[in-house]
Amino acid sequence: MCFIFPTVGPKMNHRDSVPRHTAADYTICLAGNPNTGKSTVFNALTGLKQHTGNWPGTTVSQTRGLYQYAGKNLALIDLPGTYSMLPNSPEEKIARDFICFGRPDVVVVVVDAACLERNLNLVLQVLEITPKVVVCLNLIDEAKRRGFSIDVRRLASELKVPVVPTAANRGSGLDCLKKHIWNSASKKIEAWPNLVQYPEVLECSLQQLEVELTRISLNGLSKRWVALRLLEDDKAALTLIKHYSTLSTGRWVCNEG
Amino acid sequence: MRVESQDPLAAAAGRAKALRRQVEDLEGTDVRDTLVAALYAKAEDIYQNSVIEPQQRVDWDQKVDDILTSKVLGYPLMLLALGVILWISITAANYPSELLATSFFAIEKHLSAVFAKLNAPGWLHGFVVLGIYRSLGWVIAVMLPPMAIFFPLFGLLEDLGYLPRVAFNLDRLFQKAGAHGKQALTMAMGFGCNAAGVMAARIIDSPRERMLAILTNNFMPCNGRFPLLIAMASLFLSGGFARVNLIAALIVAAVVLFGVAITFLVSYILSRTLLRGVPSFFTLELPPYRRPQIMQILVRSLLDRTLPVLLRAVKVAAPAGGIVWILANLHIGDLNIIGHGASFLDPLGSLLGMDGYILLAFILAFPANEIVLPVLLMSYLGVGAMLEFDSLAAMKTLFASRGWTWVTALNVMIFSMLHFPCGTTLLTIYNETKSRLWTCAAAVLTTGTAVLVCVVITQGIAVLQKLF
Repeated sequence: MCFIFPTVGPKMNHRDSVPRHTAADYTICLAGNPNTGKSTVFNALTGLKQHTGNWPGTTVSQTRGLYQYAGKNLALIDLPGTYSMLPNSPEEKIARDFICFGRPDVVVVVVDAACLERNLNLVLQVLEITPKVVVCLNLIDEAKRRGFSIDVRRLASELKVPVVPTAANRGSGLDCLKKHIWNSASKKIEAWPNLVQYPEVLECSLQQLEVELTRISLNGLSKRWVALRLLEDDKAALTLIKHYSTLSTGRWVCNEG
Repeated sequence: MRVESQDPLAAAAGRAKALRRQVEDLEGTDVRDTLVAALYAKAEDIYQNSVIEPQQRVDWDQKVDDILTSKVLGYPLMLLALGVILWISITAANYPSELLATSFFAIEKHLSAVFAKLNAPGWLHGFVVLGIYRSLGWVIAVMLPPMAIFFPLFGLLEDLGYLPRVAFNLDRLFQKAGAHGKQALTMAMGFGCNAAGVMAARIIDSPRERMLAILTNNFMPCNGRFPLLIAMASLFLSGGFARVNLIAALIVAAVVLFGVAITFLVSYILSRTLLRGVPSFFTLELPPYRRPQIMQILVRSLLDRTLPVLLRAVKVAAPAGGIVWILANLHIGDLNIIGHGASFLDPLGSLLGMDGYILLAFILAFPANEIVLPVLLMSYLGVGAMLEFDSLAAMKTLFASRGWTWVTALNVMIFSMLHFPCGTTLLTIYNETKSRLWTCAAAVLTTGTAVLVCVVITQGIAVLQKLF
């Protein structure tokens, strides 16, 4: 959102940052570290003209666009860049809130092929929130030019989610990306991603908490993720979780047993 | 512990508290640290298994960065880039500007002839041709060429990846001013549009530093104000020099630098008074240099920047031109309405080294800074004898006949740089801060600074002229 005169106010509070699905069969969001080319992927998929620039922080609010695949409408949300799912700035919060509470059908994590290690941290964190992830290995041409050799198949089998190499600025790899997004959105492929295993004592505690959480309606949130937030006492996230888990019913729901 | 029916997570939270203590005792550190350590280890593991890093090669990015962000060459290279861009914009814009002006005024003669043939009433001709059409012509002739050249050049720097290096260079100065280094990026956005710059301040985490960035963003001239700066510099300040364009570019660059200096000064004062605090640390990634997508830049800068700005200017300038013509031709007593307004503002205007008409133009241009010049021309022309207007050079003659000197032009530039944000920007500030008080503060702070600086310049030069 640069150099376009903003006509709408910012979407800062929680309720605004979680739009409902409208006029689309599926909602897909683009997440990723700053400056990995999310907006370029967004433009390439939707044909929209979101401003792009070679510096971190070009996108500060979420932008929505539509594209068709297999006769269905897919809404694509371009989220601001974020280094982690433990946000510490308003625009990182927008990204985290949408992934956790916006009920996207698929999260496409756009990663920079030339800085993969750092980018993988975010991928692993997103996988804890939702298994419906497609990794878009962007700027692959640049990484090759700089001498990186990436075993995409190995990477996909390590993460156990689809990994699609792309060079979005030239349009290469996008058809494949669309296909994998579709497969994931239409549940043709059910993913069981490879989650981070924590030290034994921590995993043990998580299990106990997850059992505790089965008694509560979490409105579709991942139990493991909620348990992690409980365990580290992430107060900001817990407030949102409480708010979110009551959204559909308006009151607390307790399942017996 | 709270009652369970009030909070479904309460039971789990209580359980978590006990478990957390257990985990922390065993692991010997914070849960968050344990989580992060495991995440990093896993990421590293996957990375090692699937990526072969390049053999030692010459790291060109690093070498270029060493030069562009070096202590000795960093600042001069930034100034050079700014100067060169402005110089190219001014030089290359001269010819098309002149051409556009000439053709607009040629068409105006034909339009007038048509109105005369149809026996249209004088007021209709005045309102449509001398009011609306003329201000449109001015806006397009003065604004379009510099924008169409400046924006692609700026886009080129942006696409290359130079902007984060600028932020890196300026970081130390921002630290000293008690502000955030990322403010440089929001300022770069302000170059395009202050409303966008204010919104871009979201990349700053700390509320205090974000507020500093929002309040001072207006000191960067947006593209609505750039044409005025360029017009003033090329019309007045550079007269009599051999290399007119070069001098004009230097003057505009100096005025922009002055805006940067004021930004630092105001940030410094604010961070020691109203917005006290210690600047926070941040990490800024220096992205790799990328080959710019030239066609993309040309198309995007035209469609996303040049045309929207021009359209906005045209939308505001057309009615404003008509209204100002009416105001200039409705008389109360023996003076028209514009004249009344101007004479009311005249004492303040002359204190600031300008006149009432100029101040009135700035006030009337509140919806969009782009129309200061057309409104000013219109109000000058509506009063005095009709000048034959066939070129931009005639503008200089008109201003000179109104008693303008280089001091007037300088004050117009400075006032334009520093005065209150336009309507759109103020609205954005309100949306971002959700505070009427801070929105007012933004208007008062900027205008106060503008008045103060203009008074100092005018009175200072007056004293100097008396002495020598």
